[in-house]
Amino acid sequence: MNALPFDLQVLNACAALLLLLSFSMLAQRRTVNLVNLLAMQGALLVVATLVVAWRTGETHLYLSALLTLALKVFVLPLLLHRMIRRLNVYWDTEQVFNPSATMLLGLLVVIFSFGLAQPISALASTATRSTLGIAIAVILLSFLAMITRRKAMSQVVSFLSMENGLFFGAMSATYGMPMVVELGVALDVLVAMLVLGVFFFQIREQFDSLDLHHLESLKEDQ
Amino acid sequence: MEILVLLSTPLLGAVVLALYGARRWGPDVNVAFSTVTFLAACALTARVIASGPLLLAREQFLVDAFNVFLVTLTAFVGLTTAVFSRPYMRIEVDHGRLNAAQLRLYHSMYQLFTTTMLVALTTNNLGLLWVAMEAATLSTVLLVTLYRTPASLEAGWKYFILCGVGIAQALFGTMLLYLAAERVLGHAGVTALLWTHLDAVKGQLEPTVMSLAFVFLLVGYGTKVGLAPLHNWLPDAHAEGPTPISAVLSGLLLNVAIYAIVRCKVLVEGSLRSNLPSRMLMGFGLLSVVLAAFFLWRQRDIKRLFAYSSIEHMGIITFAFGMGGPVANFAALLHMTVHSLTKSAIFFAVGHAAQKSGSQLMENIRGLVTVSPTVGWGLMLGSLAILGMPPFGVFASEFLILTTAMKQQPWATPLLLLALGVAFAAIFGKVQPMVFGETTAKRLPHPPALLPVFVHLALVLLLGLYVPPYLAGWYHDAARLIGGP
Repeated sequence: MNALPFDLQVLNACAALLLLLSFSMLAQRRTVNLVNLLAMQGALLVVATLVVAWRTGETHLYLSALLTLALKVFVLPLLLHRMIRRLNVYWDTEQVFNPSATMLLGLLVVIFSFGLAQPISALASTATRSTLGIAIAVILLSFLAMITRRKAMSQVVSFLSMENGLFFGAMSATYGMPMVVELGVALDVLVAMLVLGVFFFQIREQFDSLDLHHLESLKEDQ
Repeated sequence: MEILVLLSTPLLGAVVLALYGARRWGPDVNVAFSTVTFLAACALTARVIASGPLLLAREQFLVDAFNVFLVTLTAFVGLTTAVFSRPYMRIEVDHGRLNAAQLRLYHSMYQLFTTTMLVALTTNNLGLLWVAMEAATLSTVLLVTLYRTPASLEAGWKYFILCGVGIAQALFGTMLLYLAAERVLGHAGVTALLWTHLDAVKGQLEPTVMSLAFVFLLVGYGTKVGLAPLHNWLPDAHAEGPTPISAVLSGLLLNVAIYAIVRCKVLVEGSLRSNLPSRMLMGFGLLSVVLAAFFLWRQRDIKRLFAYSSIEHMGIITFAFGMGGPVANFAALLHMTVHSLTKSAIFFAVGHAAQKSGSQLMENIRGLVTVSPTVGWGLMLGSLAILGMPPFGVFASEFLILTTAMKQQPWATPLLLLALGVAFAAIFGKVQPMVFGETTAKRLPHPPALLPVFVHLALVLLLGLYVPPYLAGWYHDAARLIGGP
């Protein structure tokens, strides 16, 4: 069996760690730790982007790595930590299913994702085919986390983790999206966080909590 | 040049109104910016009519037969809604529902929202299209929660999360599209997401990836269109936000989202040479029509009622684009135009009706004709128009869609007819006692702006009786562009 070149090994390691982080986010109950895990995902994305940039020699990828570093490792986690402190939402223990059932569902999701990635990765021009399955798995695991969480804060962290998965998918299937698009997406994510900040305070002001069961009164027959 | 004015005017408006939007003349400035935007759109249209499709700013912007009429429509309804919101928002302030900061936010975000829609319509870059669609959600989230009531916060949260997740699927779809394009166009990175370039090579794009991409794009942008079963956010967001926002969400944003889907459909269909995209559009469309028609019965809130009616009409349009071909595409484009005009007119009338009665619940709104004949008749005529009564334009487009369906997809016709019948009974039965009957409504401190209602309805009437030849030519060009089986 041929040994993979070193840079691809690094990329595969990043992918594996990313998946591991997604699973720990699924199980994590402290919101502060959730945000830290999100920041680690961001850091892995930076490493992966740098590896692809070095491998392909595309200069815009270095810029994109810098952008990811600033936004996903520093700015967003800092914003989220500040929100957690100010809103005093440190725990999210309530889950829809019990934790072990959620983990089992997560396993099924991963198997499904690898199946889904099969036809696409056969086409991907990059040498990073195996990572595409993981990218899809990260997206779907975040989706699962959003469904199983009850607190607004953990839903938002899962949402951002989904965005990380998308970004990793773009990296592993193509060499990243064009720069204009990447900038636009980054801007949107940042604005979304600011809007959410305002929004959280409005919810708290109104209900004295960020528990989403307060937000379940609008039903079809009203 | 025109496009620069078109896109920068509302952006500038957003900045100016963010600073001064709460002044006494804030609403007038809002109207002024919308007027300039509309004039720029007219100038752009004139240029496209004179010299054909335009590619601008290093091919980043494209204006062709398909989007130029949507640009004009968007700018026009944007203007009339600004005119309507002038007295409406003043009344809301007098009623103590809004303070100065909220008014500033409202005006600024209104202009920003217009900008994002215009960018989404004119861009040639499918990545930028995504960015603009997401920005459109973000700029309206805080407008849906403007009143800070528990229900509005819930609606805003639902809107944010559902559309956010939905649009994330669309990003994945865009990425897959890029993957397929890169193999043909090379990863120069710049041209591979430009619609015109993709359109030129659509026959060579890899079918497996393209069909997968279309599924994600349809689910993603379909969430924003409000296609069933992804429509959950739509009635809440429409009912809880201020009425001018309901009017532009329903009349314009849904159109823009459909536009995005159709642009993608053209590419995917060219690559697949099968009717998978058409069948998916027809399926989603039909499901939305039927589901929405039956939900209409259960509504008690007037704005929710018309929100469900929007879902129904979006379903009809999606179904028509799914059938494809020159006639169905023509009808779908006409339906987009008349639905947008009629639905915003209805929301204008509904807004003042709710202000007069102090409630959005239909059981509390009674006898509008006696207090204010214009509001009453506006609502009545608008409802008749949206239900597809001749001679209004909606009748013409629905008639075309139904007859095409009978020829091409006979199985779907009974379902469509059933849904239209159910919708008619539900809406007419609920609107009639609101317009006629005993009244409890009171006078308003500012005279309502009803000119927009009747201008819109007159246009819809005109389109029902006579489609001017240049407009018909436009629709034909656009219909040919969209193509179909």
